This record gives sequence, C-alpha cells and structure tokens, in this order.
Amino acid sequence: MILAEVLKRFPKKKEYLIEILLEYQKQKETHHFEEHELKEIANYLNIPESRVCSVVGFYTFFSTEPRGKYIFQICRDLPCQLNDNFDLLSSIQMILGIKVGETTQDGLFTLEYTSCLGHCDKSPAIRVNDKIHGSLSLNKLKAIVAECKEKENA
Amino acid sequence: MLEMKLVSKRFGLIDPYSIDDFIANKGYQALKKALKADKLDLLDEIENSKLRGRGGAGFPVAIKIMALAKEISQPKYVICNADEGEPGNFKDRYILEKDPHSIIEGMLIAAYMTNAKTGYIYIRGEYSLQIDIMKNAIKQAREKNYLGEAILGTDFSFDLEVRSGAGSYVCGEEFALLESLEGKAGRTRVKPPFPTSRGLFNKPTLINNVETFATLPVIIDIGGKEYAKIGTASSTGTKLISISGNVLKKGVYEVPFGISMRKIINELGGGVENGRKIRMVQLGGECGPIIPEYMLDMVIDFERFEEFESKTGAGALIVIDDRFDFFEILKRISEFFTHESCGKCIPCREGNYHLLKIIDRFVNYCATEKDMNLLENTAMVLHHTSLCGLGQSAPTAIISALHYFRGTFQKRIEASLSQEDRIYAKN
Ligand SMILES: Cc1cc2nc3c(=O)[nH]c(=O)nc-3n(C[C@H](O)[C@H](O)[C@H](O)COP(=O)(O)O)c2cc1C
Ligand code: SF4
Ligand code: FES
Repeated sequence: MILAEVLKRFPKKKEYLIEILLEYQKQKETHHFEEHELKEIANYLNIPESRVCSVVGFYTFFSTEPRGKYIFQICRDLPCQLNDNFDLLSSIQMILGIKVGETTQDGLFTLEYTSCLGHCDKSPAIRVNDKIHGSLSLNKLKAIVAECKEKENA
Repeated sequence: MLEMKLVSKRFGLIDPYSIDDFIANKGYQALKKALKADKLDLLDEIENSKLRGRGGAGFPVAIKIMALAKEISQPKYVICNADEGEPGNFKDRYILEKDPHSIIEGMLIAAYMTNAKTGYIYIRGEYSLQIDIMKNAIKQAREKNYLGEAILGTDFSFDLEVRSGAGSYVCGEEFALLESLEGKAGRTRVKPPFPTSRGLFNKPTLINNVETFATLPVIIDIGGKEYAKIGTASSTGTKLISISGNVLKKGVYEVPFGISMRKIINELGGGVENGRKIRMVQLGGECGPIIPEYMLDMVIDFERFEEFESKTGAGALIVIDDRFDFFEILKRISEFFTHESCGKCIPCREGNYHLLKIIDRFVNYCATEKDMNLLENTAMVLHHTSLCGLGQSAPTAIISALHYFRGTFQKRIEASLSQEDRIYAKN
C-alpha cells in the first residue's frame, strides 16, 4: 500500500495525524516510517515536519526503525508478572532466538516490551500485531509462533 | 448476593455486534425517556444520584455536566475516556466489548443535557477488538437514527467518532487525551482552565470515563434518588471492580459501594491458591497504595480511598500472595512510571528515575538508612510538585509501602549491611 493512497482516505486536517500514522504503519510490512514518508505526511497536512517527528517519537506504537512482520509485545506489568509461572520473557527469547528490541534475520519477528495491555484477567498476556493473546502457557506461546510461521509458508 | 448488576446487566446476555439485541434488552429506553423530559429535571436526577466519576478521581459528575450545560458557545464536545492504561484495570474493556451501546446511550444523554453536538470515544490503541466493536455499534446506531441529525424525530442532533490511542498511559489524563485528540503528543496542559470551559480545540468539553457514561442510563431509568440509596452516603451506586494478580477467579465484578475488599477478593475473586497467603493488595492500579492483608476489611468507598491521596477510585484490586519479593514489586511499579512519564515537568521526569535507582539498591541488598530517607523525600517531592496526576500518584505505592511495611525496609537494610560485611570479609 502506498502512502498516497492512505492519505487520500483522510481529511487534510492536522488532528488526523495520529490516525494516518496508525493506519499507514499497520499496512507496511516493516511497521516503520522512513524520513521521506514523514515529510510527505507533513506536507499533506500542511504542518512542520518537526511536529510529525515529535508525535512519532512520543507514542510507543510508532517506530523509525524497520521491524518484523510480526511484532511480539510482552507485557511486563505487575498483574502479568504475578501470573507468569514459566518465565515468559526467557521463553519467547529462546523460541525466537532474539532479545527484546531485536528483529530476526529473516525479518519475520520483532520482540518488544509493552505496558499493561488491559487484559490482566488473562495474564500473562502478549500482543502480536493487532491481536492480544492471554492466559499464556509455554505450549500456547509455541503455538502462536508456529502459526505465524505457517502463514508465511502457506 | 454480593454482586449487583446495573451497569453490567447485559454482559454476556447480548451479542455486542447487534443493536437489535441491545434494544430488545431495554436498550435506548433511558434515552427515549430523557428526550421527552425537561433538561433541568434531568440534571436534577444526576445531581440527586450523587454520581461520582468512575475513572479514578471520583469528581461529582453533575458539576461537570452543569458547567458544560451553562456554556452558551458552540461547538461543545462530549468525550469518553476509554484509554484505560492503568495496570490492573480492565473494567472499561468489559463494557466496550460486552455492551458498547450502553456507552453511546450515556453519551447521548449527556450531550442532550448539555446541547453538545459532537462526541469522541478515545480508545487505547491496544484495544483493537474493542475499537472494532465500538465502530460497528456507532454505525448501527446511525442507521437507526440514534445518532445523527434529528434523533428519533426530535430536534436533537449528535454524532460520534472513535479515535485510537497509540500506546501512551499518560494519554488517559484528561488534558493529555485532548492533546492527543488534536493530533499532538500527549503532554498535559496547565489547569485551570478546566476542559468544561476550554477543552478540545479550546472549546467547552465534557470528559468522563466509560463506566461513568454507562451509568447515566441506569440513573435516568431508576431515578437519581433511587440510585443514591445504593452504596454508601459518600459513594452512591455500584462499581465495577477489576480483580487481578494471584486470585483464582480474575475478572470484573459489579458490587455496591460499601462492601469490604476481603469479601470481594474471597467470595468473588475466589481467594488465593490453597496454601498461599495474601501478602498485600494494591488498590486502584499501579498508581495506588499497597496495603497489608490486615487492612482488607476496609470497604470500597471514595472517602476511604481519599485517605491515600491518589486516584484510587477506578476500582482495581491487584492481589499479591506470599511468593514474591517485596522490592521486586516496587521496582516493577517504579519502572512503569519511569517509562510512562511524558517528560514535561522535572519532578516526574527526574524523580521517577531516582526512585527507581534507590529501589534497585534495596533489590540488590545494598541499601542504607540514608537510602530510606532519600526514598521518602524524593517520593514526597514527586507527589507534591508534579504537574499532572501521573507524577503526583507515581510514588503512592512507595509512600504507602514505607508506611505499612517499614519493618520490611529496615530488615533489608540490615541484611544489606551484613552482605557488605561478607564482601569485606572476602577481600
Ligand atoms: C496518568 C493518568 C491516567 C489516567 N487514565 C485514565 C483512564 O485511562 N481512563 C479514565 O477514565 N480516566 C483516567 N484518568 C483520569 C482522567 O484525567 C479524568 O479524571 C477522568 O477521565 C474523568 O472522568 P470521570 O470523572 O468520569 O472519572 C487518568 C488520570 C491520570 C493522571
Ligand atoms: S507529572 Fe509526569 S506525566 Fe505529568 S506532565 Fe509532569 S512529566 Fe508529564
Ligand atoms: S499487566 Fe499484563 S495485561 Fe495488565
């Protein structure tokens, strides 16, 4: 999906900046922004580029570094920690072979931290792209990764 | 029966994607009743109900609605705060995903009373599913003319849009949320003026929590005075409680105010695992106080919460059993605030970082008496001098821990000393 097509769907009003950023980043396989794209968005909304950059820098959803097709976000807040009985963080690092903040070489997976996902009733919980998976066990975690890989091979 | 289902009465009974289900279960009847009533009478109902905001601070709802109603300039906005980023809170998510139209109905009633024509629901970006459910609900409500122009044949018009957050806890703070809605970084404004006089785009704005809006139809339905009979004198009505941590039945339960936490935890939350003991409970989320087990007979009530000088009133209980290191828990809480601070003011930006460093010394057995004093002082500076509620409530857990668990700090300092001795002895 090219940026111009996403932009077309939004009014030229600066309050749509976050909505535009969210929508475009979701469409992009690398889930990140390049400099020229931020410029293009600033031009479209007729705002300074610095304003776009400050928003991209402020919200944790946005990235200026390329990321994997599947972004695994591990909740690290208290309610999840209290229910983590298999060391979720080490397990996922082992399964994916990367540490938090890294992306696998094939560009498939990125591992990140997240604050509470609002699913503490299903803790421990993680978010993979748009979907939240709760009440995790080691097996469930493995199945989620396997499902992503299967989708790629299909 | 401990539970009392007023706001949650339709949970699980209707398909959230179906407006017909909602309508078949008394949905939009309070709106119809309101549209036939005099606006001042409606305001009276809300005032008589003594409803207080459900997003944490517990501010009287009628005062805000009245303030917006009095503003004569247009446009005016009604905004629902569905940012719910406080760890341990998920009750708004339940309303969003189980009964979305009840929120729309509440917002419509508020808009009708105040002559507002535009509304927004700001939902945290992590709630993708709930955003989808809400967008669908709005679409259906528009199709049936519950939203839009000349609603149900009256001269009242109101429309509503969903806006998504993008991963920022502080955007739940009302001014940060308004900044975010304007497409900016979520950094708060200095108040006053308050949103009801200068809110979104500097226009008069009513901003309330999801549960607050979902309660309005209940009040219109049963009447303000009837509603005020439920609960306690200072906290009327019911509250959705999110229970998480080491209980067997984590979830959301609606209870009248005035019920003890012990009852909620044991009878609704199923208590802790056999053989475990509750060590402490954090109230309200990570911004709230940590209290010892023996205080659990305290009842759920705004007046009691206010003793902790924090926005504890969102109604979360994080139950912690005896397996966990006390200081690891404080560290986790401290890390959260260090990460979420927006950096606009110095006490919060720097203070949280220092709190974290001191706690870390307790975790690593190298804390001294001086550290305890430093911790206490820094926490108080944060509490008293931060610009917004985030910084003000960030040290609540630490302040309460120092109060109720002083001995635990002392013991760790002693253990640190002997650890030091051991290191010296080795060299
Ligand atoms: C750091 C911070 C985060 C907040 N997060 C939320 C939130 O997620 N949802 C909410 O309703 N209120 C939140 N609040 C409280 C709001 O500022 C505001 O008081 C509330 O939306 C008013 O609605 P109410 O009166 O219906 O509770 C937060 C406050 C602070 C300081
Ligand atoms: S208290 Fe913290 S979050 Fe609030 S304005 Fe200051 S730095 Fe930002
Ligand atoms: S703490 Fe992990 S979802 Fe709330």
